[in-house]
Order: sequence, then C-alpha cells, then structure tokens
Amino acid sequence: MIHIKRIRGARRADLEAIVEIDALITRARKPEYWGEALRRYGGRGRGRFFLVADTDEGVRGYIVGEVRDWAFGQPPCGWVFEMGVHPRARLAGVGTELLEALCQSMRAAGVDKVRTLLARDNSLVLAFFRSQGLMAAPLITLEKDIE
Amino acid sequence: MKLQQNTRLALYSVLEFAAQPGRQLSAAEIAARYRASPHHLAKVLRKLRRAGVLAAARGAGGGYRFVANPKRLTLLEVISVFERIGPGRGRAARNGVEAALEQVLAEIDETAKATFGSLTVDTMLKLIARSR
Repeated sequence: MIHIKRIRGARRADLEAIVEIDALITRARKPEYWGEALRRYGGRGRGRFFLVADTDEGVRGYIVGEVRDWAFGQPPCGWVFEMGVHPRARLAGVGTELLEALCQSMRAAGVDKVRTLLARDNSLVLAFFRSQGLMAAPLITLEKDIE
Repeated sequence: MKLQQNTRLALYSVLEFAAQPGRQLSAAEIAARYRASPHHLAKVLRKLRRAGVLAAARGAGGGYRFVANPKRLTLLEVISVFERIGPGRGRAARNGVEAALEQVLAEIDETAKATFGSLTVDTMLKLIARSR
C-alpha cells in the first residue's frame, strides 16, 4: 500500500508523471495539453488549482479545478476538470485526499459547491465522485454535430 | 422513473442486508418493514441468492445474509437481475414520429442507466445515513 506524503501544487517537474498517469488511463499521451494545463492552472492563480498527490512512490495522482463565476448561468462554484490516479495506486485514498484538498482550496476561495462533468460510460470515475457525495446537478449537457 | 415492484423490493432488501452485513434477516422481517407479501419477498430473495448477492443462512430461523462487495455492487447490477433498463425495449419505429420519440426515450434510459450504474451499495448506505 502506498503512503501519501502530501497533497501539493503541481510543478513543472511533475509533468512527466502526470502525462504518464493520464496516458495509462486514457491510452493517449498529451504532453502539450498538460504543459498548457499547468501553465493555466498551476502556480498561485486566483481560483485556479492544479494539485498532485506526492507519495513514497512519487506523484501518483492529480486534480485540476477552477472557481468559475456565472458559468452556464450558475452562481459561482468550483468545477473539477481533470482527475487521475495511477492504476496501481487506486484504493489507497489518493483520489479522496486530492478531492478533499481541492474542495478546501475552493472553499477558501469563497464557494460552497463543487461540480464536475463526466462521460456517462465512465463508470469507475462516476462511482468515485458518487462515493464522495456528489449528486446530479440541475444541468443538462447537450451537443450536436456541426455540419 | 418507474421500477417494477420486484425490483424495488430487491433494492430495499439489498440495502437492508448490506446495512447489517453480519446479521441474517428473514423475508418476513423485510416484508413487514416494507408492507410487502412475505411470499412475494421470498421469491425476490431467492433470485438475489442465485445472483450471488445473498447467501442462505443456516441454523434456526433460516434467512439470508449479504455476501456481495458493497463497494463494487451497483444499483444497476441489482436492477438487472429483475428488469432491463436501456434502449430497445419496444418494437422498431415504423415512422418518423415513433423514431423521434424512441430517440428521446432512449436518452432518458441511458441517463437512468448511468445513474444506477454509478451508485454502489456502499454509497447508498452513506446517502441513507446522511438523510437520517
């Protein structure tokens, strides 16, 4: 069982581990995407958070979120855009600690609600967020093919 | 969203058993709690046993106990023992009106399926504890 040392802000040196974890989950390596995500959400930007779980085996999880004011006509709330835990580090509380740390940061930023958006067939991550107490939001996602 | 009576009774039963994992409960006890026929509930519990969710308890009084993993077992898996949720319930659409309506109904079914599939028994027990 891995041991979580701390949840901290992501650094440039963590990028390789983050890209690796994401690639293991999604089967696609996206170094440019993650470089850009770190540039936008890393550091001490107001209301933007990019956290990693530092464990005795190195970085084994990440979470990215932002406080958005009136997005989709909704009062200010926190949004979780990305979350990943290394497949070998699952069931060790990494996801729970990452989400809890993000929620605390968002609470400190002045919001009392957190939301996320997931693919309907992503049952593993859906079940995780459900286990953390998230319920369906009063929003519906819609899409269409642009001809 | 309407579930068949058997399905609802199965969900109530699974949550009752999972809340007291070490304890054996009889069909009569659960039937009394949910005002159902003990005979009817016994049939539901037999199906849950065949699905590997419950095991028959030995000894005086009989009954069943919960043997599934509450962190893995989802509401959808319990529901699927009794009924099917998802598209393809009816006949093929014969015209544009039926096809359009089927598309909307399929959208609702898919959302219901994802909701039931994302809720484990363990998460439901937490939800029950919070609403008490």
